[in-house]
Amino acid sequence: MSVTRPPVGAPEIRRLDPVLEPGHTYASVTDKIAAVVLTRPLGIGWLAGFTLTFSLVMLLFGSLAWLIVKGVGIWGINIPIGWGFAIVNFVWWIGIGHAGTLISAILFLLNQKWRTSINRFAEAMTLFAVACAGIFPLIHTGRPWMAYYMMPYPSTMGIWPQFRSPLIWDVFAVSTYGTVSLLFWFIGLLPDLATLRDRAKNRFQQLIYGALALGWRGSAHHWHRYQSAYLLLAGLATPLVLSVHTVVSFDFAVAIVPGWHTTIFPPYFVAGAIYSGFAMVLTLAIPLRKVYGLEDFITMRHLDNMAKVMLATGLIVAYGYFVEFFMAFYSGNKFDVFLAQQRLHGPYAHYYYALILCNILTPQLLWFEKVRRNVAALFVMSLVINTGMWLERFVIVVISLTRDFVPSAWGRYQPTFWDFSTFIGTLGLFVMLIFLFVRGLPAIAISEMRELVAHESHSGGDHK
Amino acid sequence: MKEHPSQLFGVMGEFATPEQILSAAKQAREAGYKHIAAYTPFPVEGLAHAIGFRWTAVPLLTLIGGLGGGLTGFGLQYWVAAITYPMNIGGRPLNSWPAFIPVTFELTVLGASIFAVVGMLALNKLPQPYHPVFNVERFAHASTDRFFLCIEARDPKFNLAETSKFLQSVAAEHISEVKDEG
Repeated sequence: MSVTRPPVGAPEIRRLDPVLEPGHTYASVTDKIAAVVLTRPLGIGWLAGFTLTFSLVMLLFGSLAWLIVKGVGIWGINIPIGWGFAIVNFVWWIGIGHAGTLISAILFLLNQKWRTSINRFAEAMTLFAVACAGIFPLIHTGRPWMAYYMMPYPSTMGIWPQFRSPLIWDVFAVSTYGTVSLLFWFIGLLPDLATLRDRAKNRFQQLIYGALALGWRGSAHHWHRYQSAYLLLAGLATPLVLSVHTVVSFDFAVAIVPGWHTTIFPPYFVAGAIYSGFAMVLTLAIPLRKVYGLEDFITMRHLDNMAKVMLATGLIVAYGYFVEFFMAFYSGNKFDVFLAQQRLHGPYAHYYYALILCNILTPQLLWFEKVRRNVAALFVMSLVINTGMWLERFVIVVISLTRDFVPSAWGRYQPTFWDFSTFIGTLGLFVMLIFLFVRGLPAIAISEMRELVAHESHSGGDHK
Repeated sequence: MKEHPSQLFGVMGEFATPEQILSAAKQAREAGYKHIAAYTPFPVEGLAHAIGFRWTAVPLLTLIGGLGGGLTGFGLQYWVAAITYPMNIGGRPLNSWPAFIPVTFELTVLGASIFAVVGMLALNKLPQPYHPVFNVERFAHASTDRFFLCIEARDPKFNLAETSKFLQSVAAEHISEVKDEG
């Protein structure tokens, strides 16, 4: 059972770092994680960060208000480039969310113990990323107040959505994903909310956490059903997460536009989603463990493993880029060949080279253990990969649309101030929600950490 | 608030490790107790089984939710595309079922997930803000580091003195009466 320990006396096999630093008890993990929420005073850093991100949220609201007043003409989109930043950002955000589900569901099914201390905030990250993603398809319609047309309901006009369209699939995929992620997150939180209720320092905390905990009392009967439901949800979320980015890639792949109409898109989109998601988990985990002193729980082992997942998914993404090129030339279709050349030599070629640098070349450094164990290097790497994944979506959306079949229909795309302000606004919203989350709810699953303590104390005994 | 005479709900003992409570629970079963409840800060493997809980309807409910979601999804699309709002596009079939799979799949997962979570909460009778065990002061530790075993008064074999003695014999600490003041 103890995966972490090499056989006794095995030469030259380096011991892996522990998933949990030794010496912790049920009470100590509970105290440490709950204290961040219940007792720790608000520091100047938190307040400054919250203020900054809150102002960015105001920028977002301002941009959205201006958009509703003036319409999508305030953006850089035009004919033929009808999909600009809105779709780039949508795909980027929804992809980031995928790592949260991967960690909480797939690694759970694979019985990977190292997921325990990172699953909670990775799930929160998923929810917040989906919230940011959800804004874009809504506003890119131009008339967001008509968005309910996409839902199937018996309208007096007698019209119904077109269920053969990937855009309608998207509505169902993303809303299901958001709902299931919320349910998964909430039932994971339930025992921890009970812990916070029982340790509340004042009436206010007691009321809030007490109401949210629904009267959870840790009964063995309850745990039994709880575990059954949790396992089932993990099993359901696993194909769901793969389906979501597959459906997102169908938005492109089902169209006949050169550069989009390829069968590699679904797997390569899913890999890219996990790639960027793990990068975002690292971007959040590294400051979080530092600021709140959680290095005992989020150990080098976690960072190392996440770096390895990034390397693996990054290679799949690189393979995707290669296959895109190969198929373009192999097909002999002149539009596909032309588009591939446009990526290398066209007006947006510098984006493509930046993308290769960020997504393929830089991450090769992760082969080196020295880099995987250097926290600062990993942090920078995670930012580079997130930039790279954003560029990937920009390349896919913009280059294909600027150069389609007839030269008379070619165009150029230049994002405006409002494109940037909306995007930066959602970044602010995301980080602000994370700020609120780390101080309002336990950022690490306490009850699962206690289980880990029980497990570690067990497997530790017979080896020492 | 009406004044109720407080009733005896059960007797509760406390343990420090999952192994202790597991063995105590097994002994309680062997001693013939039927209405036993255990409260732990994390799921203890085998504990529910030891106190006589074997079957849960959660998987069945999840299956029902999934089937219901899937059938609703496909049925809706078929009805819309082939019956109530048919569109002839180049003579292509109205029941273009492969195009209906993504939404069918999503609604299957949605139905199953909602049934799994709501079903689990409903079977657990949650939300339930009040429960007699919360009256025991030390019970707050059940969500941190202590393991509680409660033998309930409705058990036919229950006898305050005898049952307390039994809990003592299995090395329970802080044995206390649980009062129901509801």
